[in-house]
Amino acid sequence: MTAEIGHFASILALSMAVAQAVAGMFGAARGIQSWIHVARRAAQAQFILLALAFCCLAHAFVVNDFSVLNVAGHSHSRLPVPYRFAATWGSHEGSLLLWTLILGLWTAAVTWFSRSLPADMLGRALGVLGGISTGFLLFMLLTSNPFLRLVPAPAEGLDLNPLLQDLAMILHPPLLYMGYVGFSVAFALAIAALLGNRLDAAWARWSRPWTTLAWTFLTCGIALGSFWAYYELGWGGWWFWDPVENASFIPWLVGTALIHSLAVTDKRGAFKSWTVLLAIAAFSLSLLGAFLVRSGVLTSVHTFATDPKRGVFLLVFLAIIVGGSLLLYAARAATATPGGSFKAISRESLLLTNNVLFTVAAASVLLGTLYPLFVDALSDAKLSVGPPYFNAVFVAIMAPAMFLLGVGPVARWKQASLPDLAVRLRWAFAVSACVSLAVPMALGGWRPLVSLGLLLAVWIVTTATVSLWETMTTGGRHRLLSAVKSRSLGYYGMHLAHVGAAVSIVGITLVTGYQSERDLRMDVGDDVNLGGYAFTFRGVTDVTGPNYLAARANIDVSSGGRLLGTLHPEKRLYGASANTMTESAIDMGPLRHLYVSLGEPLDGASWRVQIQHKPFVGWIWAGALLMAVGGGLAVFDRRYVRSTRQQPSTTQESSGRPASAGLPGAHP
Amino acid sequence: MKFVLPLCIFLILSAFLAAGLRLDPQHVPSPLIGKPAPYFELTKLHEPGQTFTPEDMLGKVWLLNVWASWCVSCRVEHALLTALSRASVVPIYGLAYKDGRESSLAFLQSFGDPYVLSIEDPDGRVGIDYGVYGVPETYLIDKAGVIRFKQIGPLTIDVVQETIVPMVARLRR
Repeated sequence: MTAEIGHFASILALSMAVAQAVAGMFGAARGIQSWIHVARRAAQAQFILLALAFCCLAHAFVVNDFSVLNVAGHSHSRLPVPYRFAATWGSHEGSLLLWTLILGLWTAAVTWFSRSLPADMLGRALGVLGGISTGFLLFMLLTSNPFLRLVPAPAEGLDLNPLLQDLAMILHPPLLYMGYVGFSVAFALAIAALLGNRLDAAWARWSRPWTTLAWTFLTCGIALGSFWAYYELGWGGWWFWDPVENASFIPWLVGTALIHSLAVTDKRGAFKSWTVLLAIAAFSLSLLGAFLVRSGVLTSVHTFATDPKRGVFLLVFLAIIVGGSLLLYAARAATATPGGSFKAISRESLLLTNNVLFTVAAASVLLGTLYPLFVDALSDAKLSVGPPYFNAVFVAIMAPAMFLLGVGPVARWKQASLPDLAVRLRWAFAVSACVSLAVPMALGGWRPLVSLGLLLAVWIVTTATVSLWETMTTGGRHRLLSAVKSRSLGYYGMHLAHVGAAVSIVGITLVTGYQSERDLRMDVGDDVNLGGYAFTFRGVTDVTGPNYLAARANIDVSSGGRLLGTLHPEKRLYGASANTMTESAIDMGPLRHLYVSLGEPLDGASWRVQIQHKPFVGWIWAGALLMAVGGGLAVFDRRYVRSTRQQPSTTQESSGRPASAGLPGAHP
Repeated sequence: MKFVLPLCIFLILSAFLAAGLRLDPQHVPSPLIGKPAPYFELTKLHEPGQTFTPEDMLGKVWLLNVWASWCVSCRVEHALLTALSRASVVPIYGLAYKDGRESSLAFLQSFGDPYVLSIEDPDGRVGIDYGVYGVPETYLIDKAGVIRFKQIGPLTIDVVQETIVPMVARLRR
């Protein structure tokens, strides 16, 4: 019964989505409050129904109901329970249900935290979100229904891909989808603002916490995915420029640009048409990502089994949503009034330059990702674009962006002076230059790219220190506490996120510059030295897991004659799918990882073993975590929290902000 | 006008995506199609003293089938090759790829020999010239010694009926 209940609940959710879209749009257009209220209730009902549908599918997975086709195809009775639950989103159909559930959650959140939104904005935003939800639910019900039965039911399932049998599978897809789908709120608010002629500072203010929160989730999701690939794929790479990785990274880059552009629109009323375009682009690129993963136009390790019908449906959907919103943009963006003016050297212009750099970076990653498709469509030739392209282009675009990142937060709005900036930042630059020269020497040889990376990272940290120092020293020492309190959570969140970027840069730079590895044959008792550590092979024992058999190696790690511990890399054979998997073992220290993976058995008791010394690699994800925490702090900035509790008029209250043009006056 | 630009970019992108839906990213065309079959001189499997080169086949349309006794899909393909050989559609020449003479001969003995002639490439060097990356592979070579078609993986009834038979008829003309 549960599958039928789930199926029925998702059909009801579709009807709620349609009601939400229609009532929201017409209610806003005609100024009928009760209709907008209907849209709110429909959105909440939709969320409850989708949660019910999701629970039904999850239940079928957990109790091994193999009469459900999706369960039979992606689970197994010997699969441990947490993985059975995660298998709910391990297939195309199930992950689509998760996508719609998360869209429902974001929509419901908009209805809960929207007291400061004018009724017509809320109505239109709910209308747009309802339209998106209608499209996805139709897609799921018509082409990818996860609730289909399989009669007669097989006695056993085909098992979940062993690569996905990992704790990260439980968190990675939900986090990533929270990010992707979260950009839909900024998108919906942008469309609502365009439709209602409300492209103003208040619109940017409403969009900021939603965008930052979505960005925070996306940051966590991408970082976790990268960490997962690092330890699961078994050879120590942490970013592959795979089309699907890029599909999540492009919206992240545009989302980063959007956060900064929204800040300018909120504080200074400038860049309105640019900000609204970024808001449309961030979500459109998320949709494009969904299309690339689910249509089969690109090959990737992530793609789901494909069906041409799905690709056509998604492309038409993409064309309606993105084409429609860009058409609206073309018609309405020109009506946005110019914001506060600014000079060539000012925080606005620095943020605009950074914005352009991030957008160009996103565009070049998109170009590299789609280039094989372009070439194939035009000339029937096959080629692939690999890491050399992405690394060269990405580093070249990001380096100036990271340099400006240090200057932006200390520059004044409207007009800054270069001599003044130079004086305030001279120590920061001196320290950065010294560190970037000294540290590579100490670590094992000067390399230009390592120096550049360290220069940028230290520059970001030292300039943030200058900014914090200036905050604390304004008004004398006895006012320290009040000076610290005078700054908003958003200010501290910003600096934390920037320092996070610096930490990631250190990790990327040092691991790329100084990692070392050995790939060798080891007999019992053999030892090998790498990066100042000795690795001794103690042989292999057989282990039986819940749904696999494994050969587990024992490799002692010692340093200076002292035993640090034993690593146990495994080679697993999963019974149900007959897949072998390499399970690496990593000793994670703050300054280095020791990464060991087991290759194939050779003659006798010897094995092929791969050993890697990866200095500072953990900093990559630690930095991403700091960025996410910074984003989280900014979301809870009291300016937003207060503005959700007060009436809409408060959005113009703060002093020093230019009265934004385009005040809501003409709305019905 | 500048506000219309994003829409234009998106429309171009959608056109490519629509075109992409009809392409198969897994399909890799062989660069050898339309090129002369690479030269080789290999020992015959049944008469180790003699050699065979593609030049011996000038003026004829023929199939070169790369197979191995260790390859499971070759066994799957074998029945179709036998049928094709019985129907005398086109002469099939076998290339035993990275295999021992004994195991190749044993394979042909137990499953039947569909080949007019077999040659052996024990170290796979000729396989490299022909871009073999999955056994079995089959090449259709015309009278001038030019490769006209390549099948990666086992032949199927559809490929034989819809591609090979009409191509052979056309190339013989």
